[in-house]
Amino acid sequence: MATPVLDKADAAPEPGFADSPYITVTFRVRRFNPEVSAEATWEDFQLDLDPKERVLDGLHKIKWEQDGTLTFRRSCAHGICGSDAMRINGKNRLACKTLIKDINPEKPITVEAIKGLTVLKDLVVDMDPFFQAYRDVMPFLITKDTNEPTRERLQTAEDRERFDDTTKCILCAACTSSCPVFWNDGQYFGPAAIVNAHRFIFDSRDEAGEQRLEILNDRDGVWRCRTTFNCTDACPRGIEVTKAIAEVKRALITRRF
Amino acid sequence: MKVHKYDTVIVGAGGAGMRAAIEATKRSRTAVLTKLYPTRSHTGAAQGGMAAALANVEEDNWEWHTFDTVKGGDYLVDQDAAEILAKEAIDSVLDLEKMGLPFNRTPDGTIDQRRFGGHSRNHGEAPVRRSCYAADRTGHMILQTLYQNCVKEGVEFFNEFYVLDQLITEVDGVKRSSGVVAYELATGEIHVFQAKSVIYASGGTGKFFKVTSNAHTLTGDGQAAVYRRGLPLEDMEFFQFHPTGIWRMGILLTEGARGEGGILRNKDGERFMEKYAPVMKDLASRDVVSRSIYTEIREGRGCGPEGDHVYLDLTHLPPEQLDAKLPDITEFARTYLGIEPYTDPIPIQPTAHYAMGGIPTNVEGEVLIDNTTVVPGLYAAGEVACVSVHGANRLGTNSLLDINVFGRRAGIAAARYAHTTDYVELPEAPEAQVVAQIERLRTSTGNERVAELRSELQETMDANVMVFRTEQTIKTAVEKIGELRARYRNVAIQDKGKRFNTDLLEAVELGNLLDLAEVMAVSALARKESRGGHYREDYPHRDDINFMRHTMAYREVGDDGTESIRLDYKPVVQTRYQPMERKY
Repeated sequence: MATPVLDKADAAPEPGFADSPYITVTFRVRRFNPEVSAEATWEDFQLDLDPKERVLDGLHKIKWEQDGTLTFRRSCAHGICGSDAMRINGKNRLACKTLIKDINPEKPITVEAIKGLTVLKDLVVDMDPFFQAYRDVMPFLITKDTNEPTRERLQTAEDRERFDDTTKCILCAACTSSCPVFWNDGQYFGPAAIVNAHRFIFDSRDEAGEQRLEILNDRDGVWRCRTTFNCTDACPRGIEVTKAIAEVKRALITRRF
Repeated sequence: MKVHKYDTVIVGAGGAGMRAAIEATKRSRTAVLTKLYPTRSHTGAAQGGMAAALANVEEDNWEWHTFDTVKGGDYLVDQDAAEILAKEAIDSVLDLEKMGLPFNRTPDGTIDQRRFGGHSRNHGEAPVRRSCYAADRTGHMILQTLYQNCVKEGVEFFNEFYVLDQLITEVDGVKRSSGVVAYELATGEIHVFQAKSVIYASGGTGKFFKVTSNAHTLTGDGQAAVYRRGLPLEDMEFFQFHPTGIWRMGILLTEGARGEGGILRNKDGERFMEKYAPVMKDLASRDVVSRSIYTEIREGRGCGPEGDHVYLDLTHLPPEQLDAKLPDITEFARTYLGIEPYTDPIPIQPTAHYAMGGIPTNVEGEVLIDNTTVVPGLYAAGEVACVSVHGANRLGTNSLLDINVFGRRAGIAAARYAHTTDYVELPEAPEAQVVAQIERLRTSTGNERVAELRSELQETMDANVMVFRTEQTIKTAVEKIGELRARYRNVAIQDKGKRFNTDLLEAVELGNLLDLAEVMAVSALARKESRGGHYREDYPHRDDINFMRHTMAYREVGDDGTESIRLDYKPVVQTRYQPMERKY
């Protein structure tokens, strides 16, 4: 006998939840392919989906059953790899962490690329400026000890807790591309880079906090933040991004961290 | 076509690839080719921890860890390699801490450790706290820390470059690696990378199953590239089914949940693992727990209207402990199932998780062309490789360890080798095979669709070569895969463009999955015994007389172009431990 149960040859597309009725949903997707046209356009797709399925499942259904040219990035499909940040009904989210039932399937669901980064095709943007800003804050532990300890460096649980929140970042760019300052000024580091600077500035083992603060004291640094909280709302990992930025600002004033 | 020249080329930027890159970049001119951005790699999805006998919280030593690894692998582990893994584990964890990894800490400020399946004190006496962890996102922290250190070292990445072919040049009768051929996603351009050393670190192949913890992108690209060039694949029949995937979705819920005290229960609320593993209970090794779950389900004690799952019960644990130690997996339950783990048990089922088999290597990461001969200049590390430290079943927390220990070793060995040798001349028209493959897919007018074939493949793999197998089910799978391979020749895609053509790449990936699924099924058919993750109901016992040996699968092409798989076998390296009956 074969492995028991699992999904039988159900005709239903994703027979994940036997009790749930499938509903018809409209995905309104912002399409752009410079190989075809210089103009971006909206295109509607009708789909039968279980409300408990993800927006990513809907995009796959379009790509696999209706239009293979629809292009987006994805990998893990459960909110860990950070590939599929996009604007869904006008808000930045991960397509794999957004369930259909949570975004009012009665109306067309709009899906478009995140803002502030150049769109390359459909939902795919150029991530290089985003990663450049990340690299600019020196996102790695810097220590000055000449004699490395043979065992691990000690760190109290409290010191470890101090920067716990900002270690959760998956570099999906949902925060940075939700920031109005970033939209208007491509020079601004953006929230994600500041989050990753915070992760090291407040790590008791690190000894380059001053250097990072000077980088962020720049005219395109933390002072550009206007505290709109878009970034905190957008973060799929629940990081308190605005709070982290405020802590960096305070550290710049008090020089204590 | 562009041609690049590097001392060392690394294929893949997960844990193994980036650990190798940190070493190789310090020693040689290195390029890392990755089909994703590095931080998207699936190492980031690993949760529970990384094993090392630090003995920070209780007595432990690397010899006990070696024994557990050998026993966990049902004695198919090469014991010399397992000893290296367990010994170098300690420095590997300390290296990561020094690179900045924010491990959870003990009250003394040292790295905290917790229990994990199959890891025991003194050869199986009781569970031991050996897993070093960072909440339930240890893989995420390893991936981030390695990427941070790659930035620090100035590692050169080629992001969204798909390696589609391995180049081999025969020099004086010796087959040597001369480079790789890659497809650039953004432009559709073909790139040839000539390299003195090539390291494959491209991860697993779990996407040939339907219910899997693996990312969409885990399609065995590295295994397929070398296999098509006539190199063997080792122990491909051994695949791990992790006991606790989210019901029907397969999303991983870490074994650390049971390490923290979580309990598996059937529909009667019974803690059924006590029956199957009286000492280790819920922390028996993964193959044992997955079989136990399906035994409960088959005997009518499964949960839900269809009786097709069991529960992972965390409700007796304090909410503060769940918040501090298991924040991500409790959020998965809330997001994807609408369940509150403080008060309700989580429906789970085994999920296809990890390939124990892969590209055979020795302990320096050098790839083998037969049982003993290395291919000069070719290396592999991580899930793509088979050293073999995992044998027939990998222990939890040994994969994050494997990528660090053997990623590092491969990086050092490959860079050193690059200093001792000149470039090997590229074969004539090195890009020809990839160009032909791409053009065939782009211009095909066939009537088969990628998604349909992939879905049929996944259905047959789940039904026939999962936790329980028989001759009949495996033959059904072999036949179905053969049919799908034939239909694949008529596959057509809709996107004919050059720019970000993921439609095309999904077709390429399906071809890889089909080849590897066939190797897996054919290897499984020939192994008429049960061992670790390979359980044959028609041969329910381990057979050390006939099958204490590694499977080596080779692709053969006849004069008329017909393809077949030839199986050979390789002895297991045994040093300290004689095979014993495996009890938990």
